[in-house]
Amino acid sequence: MDAHQDRSLTAPSPPGAQSASPLISLDRMSKRFAGTPAVDDVSLDIARGEFFCLVGASGSGKTTLLRLIAGLEQPDAGRILIDGEDITGRPAYRRPVNMMFQSYALFPHLSVERNVAFGLEEEHRPKAEIRERVRAALDLFDMAGLAARKPHQLSGGQRQRVALARALVKEPKILLLDEPLAALDKKLRERAQSELVALRARVGITFVMVTHDQEEAMRMASRIALMRDGKIVQIGSPSDLYDTPRSRFAADFFGAANLFEGRVTAISETEASVESTEAGATLRARSASSLTIGMPVAVMIRPEQVRVSRETQQADNALRGQIRGLVFLGSTVLCHVGLDGGKIIVVRLSPTEYASAGAPADGESVYLSWPASSARVLTE
Amino acid sequence: MSPKSLSGSRNIRAFTLGLPLGWLILLAFLPCLIVLAISLVEARIGTPPYEPLFTKGSGLLPRINATADNYIRLVTDPLYLDAFLSSIRIAAISSLLTLLLAYPMAYAIARAKKTTRALLLMLVILPFWTSFLIRVYAWTGLLNSNGLINNALVKLGLIAEPLPLLHTDFAVHLGIVYSYLPFMVLPIYAVLEQLDWTLIEAAEDLGASPLKAFWRITLPLSLPGIVAGLLLVFIPAVGEFIIPDLLGGPDTLMVGHLLWTEFFNNHDWPMASALAIALLVLVLTPAMIVYHLRRRGEAAS
Repeated sequence: MDAHQDRSLTAPSPPGAQSASPLISLDRMSKRFAGTPAVDDVSLDIARGEFFCLVGASGSGKTTLLRLIAGLEQPDAGRILIDGEDITGRPAYRRPVNMMFQSYALFPHLSVERNVAFGLEEEHRPKAEIRERVRAALDLFDMAGLAARKPHQLSGGQRQRVALARALVKEPKILLLDEPLAALDKKLRERAQSELVALRARVGITFVMVTHDQEEAMRMASRIALMRDGKIVQIGSPSDLYDTPRSRFAADFFGAANLFEGRVTAISETEASVESTEAGATLRARSASSLTIGMPVAVMIRPEQVRVSRETQQADNALRGQIRGLVFLGSTVLCHVGLDGGKIIVVRLSPTEYASAGAPADGESVYLSWPASSARVLTE
Repeated sequence: MSPKSLSGSRNIRAFTLGLPLGWLILLAFLPCLIVLAISLVEARIGTPPYEPLFTKGSGLLPRINATADNYIRLVTDPLYLDAFLSSIRIAAISSLLTLLLAYPMAYAIARAKKTTRALLLMLVILPFWTSFLIRVYAWTGLLNSNGLINNALVKLGLIAEPLPLLHTDFAVHLGIVYSYLPFMVLPIYAVLEQLDWTLIEAAEDLGASPLKAFWRITLPLSLPGIVAGLLLVFIPAVGEFIIPDLLGGPDTLMVGHLLWTEFFNNHDWPMASALAIALLVLVLTPAMIVYHLRRRGEAAS
């Protein structure tokens, strides 16, 4: 929920990385299962060195898209290019791509060392080279002492590292990660998130990760593709998706959003006025897409962008309401404010902001305000 | 739970464990001891057709009339050794043939859709609904010189004269493979059905072709099923009597059949018993080896 407040683990993508020719290029890919589209006409470019995240609810097609890149599924239509080379139809075992499975899929009858060596043995590398590279991979994850163990003798976190080592030891062009942290408990997961981001920077391999957890995606990704019903809804950096969502769905998926339904009444270059009966007022908000007068749209404002005060404020947008609930979360205070029309607005305040607003109690009347620049007009 | 019902559940446990145990002691272990006793005495003409093991001796202790003669004959007379070697060879070849046939079947069933899986398993088990004896006997009708197979081949003009199919070692192998196929399919299926197929995907992702993935992942992980199946086929096949009797020829030499001859034709109960004990030891050996290997494997993990 408060991903925007947490320090992002990723360094911004190096300038120019986006302009270079893409490492992975999906061209109008479609895949159906028993007539139902799982991936529907998806085109996507991923640049070298990205930490790319595919997010979406279950059934949105994100895992199928990952498996199409891995070659574990073949598309019904469309092409896939890696490094400019068309690899559509090429089986998984002949792609320069490795996958870390959600269940880790460690071979239970082989030791940690043999698991990691598996891919290199399949490449028929010299024995000495295999030994050397396996040791280096295990060292990278501090697993050298556990080389002789079988997978069932390892903890969840150790298994996750072996799965990573096994996929990375082949030095693939792309590492695919299918919910790599889902099996870890919360505490371990947060540490593993930063470790994965640091690892990507260290090995320099492009990572493509699938997750259902928007917060995880925002913490880790350089870019995110949000998926729904087999289509990509929006692609962008975590801040793009959070600050300028294009649809109600995207606004709602990444963090909490207050949405006011209404109709466009006036348009300027960067702003629009939207008359909303839900808000009981005309709201001003920034708009990027082309609008027409009378168009049905929604205005979005994030809970932390709303100011609360006892007196009326001079602002682009100002509404009156009553406090209907207060939740103290330590670092933040969540206020639920009921408007006169009955709509509930969620406001997130820091304890200092709450105090300077006069610490309004439950049931008290308050004024809400925000500048037009922090609100967005959503057309989809 | 009240103490009364606790003791009640203890009684139930004693009953459920005691009943099969009593059954085994009464109907498996004691008969074995009787067979062992008979194998240690000499044959005679009369009823019963063997000397008693214990007779009244001087003083309180009974006299023991034990002799190792039957066992000495077992290892010195080449007939018996040949019969054992031939039995082992026929059972081993048949078990391997059964494995080659059963593995793809079990694999196909395990990878079939859930709904068709039940039907396919049903088809595997279906032959058990008919008597074993009748099913083996039915093969004589198929393999006869004017049986279904020979008639069809002659009519098609593929052969001029009927092939000698029945009463051959070939027919014995065929009979064993046919009769014991389900015993191989079911344990292999049970293992493959539990297999995590993402392991195969992982192997292919790491660069193994489907064939290599099968060889390095699927096959080793289905080894317990293969071993169980081989034991389930080899053990009864070694001592098989009906199949060599109905389908085998005059040259077919198998222990089970020889044992029957000793017992009913030669009335040599002690020799038949010695053969039975030797057969028991023979089939227990691989089972014990597998059991110990598995125990050690479990202890290691």
